[in-house]
This record gives sequence, C-alpha cells and structure tokens, in this order.
Amino acid sequence: MTAVPALAVEDLSVEFRTRSGIVKVLDHVGFSVDKGETVALVGESGSGKSVTAFAVMGILDPAGKVTSGRALFGGTDLLALSERDLAEQRGRELSMIFQNPRTALNPIRKVGQQIADVLVRHGGATRPDAPRAAVEMLKRVRIPDPERRAEAYPFELSGGMCQRIMIAIALACRPALLIADEPTTGLDVTTQAVIMDLIGELAHESGMATIFITHDLALAAEYCDRIVVMHAGHVVEAAPARELFAHPRHPYSAKLLAATPGETASLAELASIPGGLPDLRRPDLPACRYSGRCERRIDDCARPLPHRVLDERHVVSCWNPL
Amino acid sequence: MTALLDIAELAKRFEVGHKRLLHAVDEVSFTIGRGETVGLVGESGCGKSTLVRLINRLLDPTSGSIRLAGTELADMRARAFAGNPNRARIQMVFQDAGDSLNPRYTAADAIADPIRRLKKMSGAALKSRIEALADMTGLPRELLTRFPHQLSGGQKARVGIARAIAVEPELLILDEPTAALDVSVQVVILKLLQQLKHELGMSYLFVSHDLNVVRLLCDRVLVMYLGKIVEAGPAAELFADPKHPYTRALISAIPQADPDKRVGRLRLSGEPRSPIDPDPTVCRFYGRCPKGEPRCSAEMPVLRTVGPARQAACHFA
Repeated sequence: MTAVPALAVEDLSVEFRTRSGIVKVLDHVGFSVDKGETVALVGESGSGKSVTAFAVMGILDPAGKVTSGRALFGGTDLLALSERDLAEQRGRELSMIFQNPRTALNPIRKVGQQIADVLVRHGGATRPDAPRAAVEMLKRVRIPDPERRAEAYPFELSGGMCQRIMIAIALACRPALLIADEPTTGLDVTTQAVIMDLIGELAHESGMATIFITHDLALAAEYCDRIVVMHAGHVVEAAPARELFAHPRHPYSAKLLAATPGETASLAELASIPGGLPDLRRPDLPACRYSGRCERRIDDCARPLPHRVLDERHVVSCWNPL
Repeated sequence: MTALLDIAELAKRFEVGHKRLLHAVDEVSFTIGRGETVGLVGESGCGKSTLVRLINRLLDPTSGSIRLAGTELADMRARAFAGNPNRARIQMVFQDAGDSLNPRYTAADAIADPIRRLKKMSGAALKSRIEALADMTGLPRELLTRFPHQLSGGQKARVGIARAIAVEPELLILDEPTAALDVSVQVVILKLLQQLKHELGMSYLFVSHDLNVVRLLCDRVLVMYLGKIVEAGPAAELFADPKHPYTRALISAIPQADPDKRVGRLRLSGEPRSPIDPDPTVCRFYGRCPKGEPRCSAEMPVLRTVGPARQAACHFA
C-alpha cells in the first residue's frame, strides 16, 4: 500500500479536565483509513472510540483537550486548522452520522429543508434549486415517495427513516471521509441491515473513506475492511476484519471475540472479560492499560507499549501476543 | 410441562382520532410452561411492548384472556392490580437499568420497595432479605447504600434483577435486559439470569431484538409482526429452518462475520403497513414479503401448525 491514506491519525492524545482530576482519555492513538476503505473502531464503552471521532471532527467537549498528535487529511492537519477553516471542511469534505438520528435532527424543520440547508451552505446549490436536489438525495438513500417525505418533520418518520435522512445530510456534498458513530444502535436488525448495506454501497460508489464506530464485533466484521480495536484509550490491535476474527493476536481482542454471542456458541462457551477499565485519572497508569485484566501478563509488560508490525496490514501493541 | 401462562385471543386496540383503531395486539394466543424461557422478537412497533404491558397488567386489554396458573387476570383493572396479591407473581426487568431505577433511591431502597409493598416485610427481616438478594445477584453488599449514578451499568442491571425477583415471581418478563451493556458484561448478566432461573424455578418471557442472545437463552421463540404472532417454535429449529418469510428476513439480518455464510440472504424493502384499521383480508406482511402472491392480499393467513411444535402464519409455510 503506497497510496496516501484518506485520513492518518498519528500520536493522538486527548485529556479531559474534570473536578476529580485529569482523565487521560486517549493515549498516542494512531490508525489510518484509505480511500474507499471502511475501518471499524471497536471496543467497550470508555475505550475512546467516540472521543477519537470527535477529536478528528473538531467537536470535542470544551473540557477535552488535544495534547499531542495530528490528523492528516489530504495533506492538511485537521487538528491544526482554525475553527473557521474546519467548519468549511465539515459538511463538505468531512461528515458524521450520529448515534441517535431523532435527537441529531432539528425537530422543528422539515427534513427536506434540513438537507437543502447543507446543500446551500456547503454544496454550492442555490436556494431555488436546493429543494429539488434534496429530493434527489432522498431518492439516493432509497426513501419511498421522496417528494412527500421531504415535507415531513422528523417526528413523523420512523427511526430507520430518520437515520436515512441523517445519511442523506451527511452524504449530500459527497464527502471524502464519513464518520458513522454507532449509526444503527436502537434500530431493528432488519433496518440495521438495510442501513449498513446502504452506507456500504454509497461509500463504494463514491470512493469515500468511512470510519465506523461500534461495539458490535460481528457487525464490524460483516461491513468493514479493517478493524481497529481500542481499549482504555489505546489502539491495541489493527487488522483486516477476517484476519482479526480468525487470528486475534492481542489478548483483549481475543477476549472480546469470546464474549460475543455468535452462531454456535452456547451460553456456557461464552466467556466474560475479567476486571474493568483502569481509572484513567491515576497518575501511575501502567504502560499497558490492559495489563491489570490480562492473563498473559509478563515482566516486559511494564515497559513502554511496543508497536509490533506483524505484516503491513496487521499491527498489535502487546509484549506477549497470542 | 404444564402451562404457567395461558394467553388466549388477547387484543389491544387503541382509539386514534375519529373512530380509527390502532390494532397494537391482534388476537394473540400462546402459552408459557413452568420453567420455560420464551423469546419474543419483532421490529419496533410490532406490538411487543404492548403485549408485555398487557401480560404485566399495566394496561387493560380490549378483549381476550390472560390466565396465570388458572387464575384469570384479564378482568382485573390495571389500576387496581398494583395492590393485588397476584402482582408479586409477575415481575419485570426493564430495558435500561439506568432509566428504570429511581435516582433518589439507593440500591437497597430499590430492592426493598416491592418487598415492603407486596410482602409487608420490614426491619431486620427486610434487611436480611435485601442482603440475600444482593448475594444471589452478585451485587457486593457494600454497594447497597449507593445511588444509581454511583453504580456501573452491570451493577445497575443486577439491582434491576434483584428488585424483580425480590417478591419471588413465577413469571419474569425481561425487556432487552442487556441491550445497554457491553458484550463482556452482557455475558455475565445472561449467565446470572440462566442460573437464577434454575435456582428459583421461574419462567421467562424474554423480549429482545438481539437474535443471537435469544438463541442462547430461549427454549421457544415467538415472532411478532404488526400485532400478530407470525411464527412460533423451538428456538433451535426456528433458527435453523424458519418457515415464515419475515422470520427468514430477521435471521438474514443477523450480522455475519463469515462471508461464506452471507449467501442467499433475504433483505426487506419498504416499511411495514399501517396498524391503523388494517384490512382483515390482507396478510400483514404483504407488500414487504418477497412472495406476495394474489392470495396474500385476498385472504389473511392464520397461525397454523406446520410441523411438530411449529406454527406459522403463511399460506406458503
């Protein structure tokens, strides 16, 4: 792979200031996404998946601060851009789909208008043309009867329909990078399948790079090319989806897989992951934040985390991998 | 297995404006045996929650019967049911333990509440009962004085379960009990539920849209679509060989890590029909169903036996 990735996140660290101390939420996080590639960020709650996305998009909570790193997007470092320049990129080149479509949409504006707003602001459409272009977008996300639906308010539409509106807004200006943060949580499995197929097809059509944030490993495996596993603010493993499923190398990845209900496993075969995330406010956090839960811990684990390149597509941060 | 719960032709219709009726639950019949775990699956809006609230007696049915070990519960008003001795026999674990616990109650208060109300227990007896329940559900006793915001998701789930089993119910209704939990915690809670069922001899009605979890936990599965049960059968058989096209679509939608197993999957297009004044001669699934032959729009298929212990409501099953 010599191609320049669509997005390269390097050495990203983020801290949150809280009343009870500084929380080191992300610690030297690095990964990349190629053009046309879909990469999943997976991990338990508190692993830093969403914070990573928010940092890249420049929409971190004011209590959060980027303390190191770059997010290279077509040669520009997004983290170094002024808010004004970043606002130009967002919506046009960078787009995001949020977890709960109903709260992310404006409840008192017709959905057609909400799509038109983005097209006028970022897509170079004129006000008179925008409504027609919005209906075109509704067609692209396969909303039946788009002319009528454009006149609907979010509360008049089902959850799956609202998520399609979100996708239409996110993709209206054909972004180069899409971040989808748990886009199907709260949707039915049948709707989930349709939405995921749709994102996949649209990404494929336009060569868009996609970051897909989820805690559902099976979903990530089905729809993503590569999986990046996060734990307590570290990237512990990154590998092609199939390979990660067949041969996880980091003990945490293996445990996550063993805890995921699959097709054959009986309840007795499923194993939980002992322990919990370490307190990220501790000043003496161990080098490996998983070591406190790990059954494969050795003396080396106290040393700074290694970055082991198994092959150019498979990387693991562990002194004693499987 | 003798039936613990016997639901017959249970219906709930809500009036929505000018004499229009929303058929939320439409003449549903099924049983749950003692010690049995029955899964209830279907899309949002299919009537799962209404059905659960009818059985739980939080809502009054329009017609039909709900018999718990021979006692008819459908005639009792939902308002009066809270003080009825039968209230203790059906309990519920709610979807999001964080949202369903009173934020101003400690874990001990939350567990004590139903015991005080329904078992009239107090003082030292109550305290030792709460501690016993904490032990049973794996909640460390020192956490009993904490408020919900001081507990993790898994701990809150344990409090929700302890509260539900506190009054020794015969039927426990579980509404997506692990949907808000991480996989690692989900495993622990599912195993806890399995173990409690054996220890306490309860029956479970398990509502979920995570079919992988349903498969692990349930003996039998009911599939609901727009107020009707469209398929019922033993979990393993139903998953291996679904008879109703909607069940096929549900199973096809389970994320599949192995690409070789993704062939021949069925995707649903379109939206469900309206549940308001549905045409009684048209199959509810008509329009979304890949079959959809003329007969389907002229005659509503009834739930019929299609094999040993299997039922499906499809002309072509």
